[in-house]
Amino acid sequence: MKKFNSIIRRITHIPLFLPLLCLFLVLIVNLIQTPSFFKITIQNGVFYGYIIDIINRSSGLIILAVGMTLVAASSAGADISVGAVSALCGAVCVASLGTGDVYQMPYIVSVLLAILIGVICGIINGFLVSYMKVQPMVATLILFTAGRGIAQLVTGSFILYVKPKQFGYLGAFLPKVPIPTPCFVAAVVVIITWLVLKKTSLGMYIQAVGINSKASRLVGLNSKMIIFLTYIFCGVCAAVAGLISVSRTMSIDANNVGLFVELDAILAVAIGGNSLSGGKFSLMGSVIGAITIQALTTTLYAMHVSADQLPLYKAIVVIIIVALQSPVVKKWYRNLRSKVSTVEPVKEVG
Amino acid sequence: MSDAKLSLSKTEGSNVFGRIKDKLFGYNFLLFVTIGLFIIMYIAGLIVYKDKNFGNTQVFLNLIISNAGLIITSVGMTMVLIIGGIDISVGSVIAVTCMMLAAMMEKGHIGAIPAIIIVLLFGILFGALQGWLIAYLKIQPFIVTLAGMFFARGLTAVISLEMITITNKTFLDIAKHKIYLPFGGSLNRRGVMVYPYVYPTVVLALVVLIASFIMLKYTKFGRKIYAVGGSEQSALLMGLNVKRTKFIVYIINGFLATLGGIAFCLNTTGAFVELGKGFEMDAIASTVIGGTPLTGGVGNVFGTFFGVLIKAVIETFVSFQGNLSSWWSKIIIAILLGFFIVLQSLIAMKKEKKR
Repeated sequence: MKKFNSIIRRITHIPLFLPLLCLFLVLIVNLIQTPSFFKITIQNGVFYGYIIDIINRSSGLIILAVGMTLVAASSAGADISVGAVSALCGAVCVASLGTGDVYQMPYIVSVLLAILIGVICGIINGFLVSYMKVQPMVATLILFTAGRGIAQLVTGSFILYVKPKQFGYLGAFLPKVPIPTPCFVAAVVVIITWLVLKKTSLGMYIQAVGINSKASRLVGLNSKMIIFLTYIFCGVCAAVAGLISVSRTMSIDANNVGLFVELDAILAVAIGGNSLSGGKFSLMGSVIGAITIQALTTTLYAMHVSADQLPLYKAIVVIIIVALQSPVVKKWYRNLRSKVSTVEPVKEVG
Repeated sequence: MSDAKLSLSKTEGSNVFGRIKDKLFGYNFLLFVTIGLFIIMYIAGLIVYKDKNFGNTQVFLNLIISNAGLIITSVGMTMVLIIGGIDISVGSVIAVTCMMLAAMMEKGHIGAIPAIIIVLLFGILFGALQGWLIAYLKIQPFIVTLAGMFFARGLTAVISLEMITITNKTFLDIAKHKIYLPFGGSLNRRGVMVYPYVYPTVVLALVVLIASFIMLKYTKFGRKIYAVGGSEQSALLMGLNVKRTKFIVYIINGFLATLGGIAFCLNTTGAFVELGKGFEMDAIASTVIGGTPLTGGVGNVFGTFFGVLIKAVIETFVSFQGNLSSWWSKIIIAILLGFFIVLQSLIAMKKEKKR
């Protein structure tokens, strides 16, 4: 009994235990539903299968979740404008490339232009949050309301299509590469962010600012600047996700690109075990959270749930997961466990 | 110490101007700005759209008629913001309210009044669930109501994926019942005096507005809401039951959201899955423009009322202009929202410095 308890304790104390458990549960349900779930085949020279599909589809979400994690860690809030910003960036990219048979301007220039728009949106959000001390949710509400409107003005309220085939590379496959391109992009974003946070002290600074911005200012950190930077980074992430999204459909529909994606991104951060009230964070947790959400979505689609009904099930799962992570429930659980194991001293519990 | 005394004597001094200045440049200032802005916009409308009868009493009443649901919902939102929370589920709650009403009356053949009562009970239950998760399990309001938003929208789709039009006679009678005002009439082309009218939803909205104003200002519970929103810690030390206060506020909010949904449904007399999308942001924007900061502890439902009117005037401008895309009204509201948010934070910073 004692041994068993200690094993349980050791397992539950692994960092990222809960997010991994969630992902595991979703995958198990899938395996029961569709036995061929983990099968990966090669069709037309590219990998094909449920798992690949989930990773492919979740890469945009992973990129957003990375940006959202830093924002949540530094400023104890969420950037709810990411969906609108990615629609705007996608619109700018497509509108600058034009709908002709050849691009109006070099592809790379238009990509940089889109990212620049993302940076500007990040600057607006970051300025309001860090220098004007506006609550993050409210500050980003402005772009959330206006972003899609501006995107509609950019596209002239039309759905624009891009003709050159190369435009689809970013959202689908590069020639002769069997792995979807978005996976590479997501991996690059995650690795660069991770390296920057680990190799410089920026990661620690962000946590310090998130835990207590006043104290970290007194220690000598430029806490406003750090919050400002995380919002700019989040804007860039939104831009990249928007580019992948428009490339996937080869078109821009400003009403639907990145619709509700901000909610998914916030949920990914929450499921990843990150506190949404600032402070410590784990990038890997958010990545796992993003994959969990996408796996859940794909599972529900596979169970023939209509796209409109999907949110109902998502909400139930999310509430259960978040409730399990709530400090009050954790306390109950701890009390319960200490009651069960009253035979042995409960000194170590806590 | 002496500094504190000095500032105390400054504010409490018999200087009438000082007192007026304090009243004007605190958070009350925001209320004045909002009302002032509304008046300026309305006068501008009178001048620019003179030939389109902007000054007609009916046009003014239409501002309230088309936004009665929003007023009711925003009142609930104001309370939630005062207590320092947020509720982004209201748009979806409105959708599910309309869908439940429509489905019960058209498919379940339940009378209009029982259907309305069932829906209101659902709203209370929904609010209670959210409130319990927020107040007692201490999960962030944003996350809970985010899930609530998903849940309600999904539930709407589960009830019916197709649009349902309401044909229930009692319901339509209530919806189309015109209440004529005894004044402000104008002669129409045939020379007959036409009095402006409102629908019952407007009366409902005004009743909710006044009742909640009285509750917030003059009852013990209302003051508790401000106290908890101002500082949870101090409220707790004062011996207030913080958790229960929060819980009850979310129940009231759930109730008002469904009531707003019923008013909305009386306007649209139909329901579909996409109904009321972005409505929560309208409610939050109106509340913030009305001078309720999201930091909690401060706020006024009449400000919210004017916030809704400002939004309505902008929409009327855009529709009167005719050739503008309806996206412009969103962009203008966003710019206004930004302006008010910056103004609020400047005032808050000034207060901080004073201390």
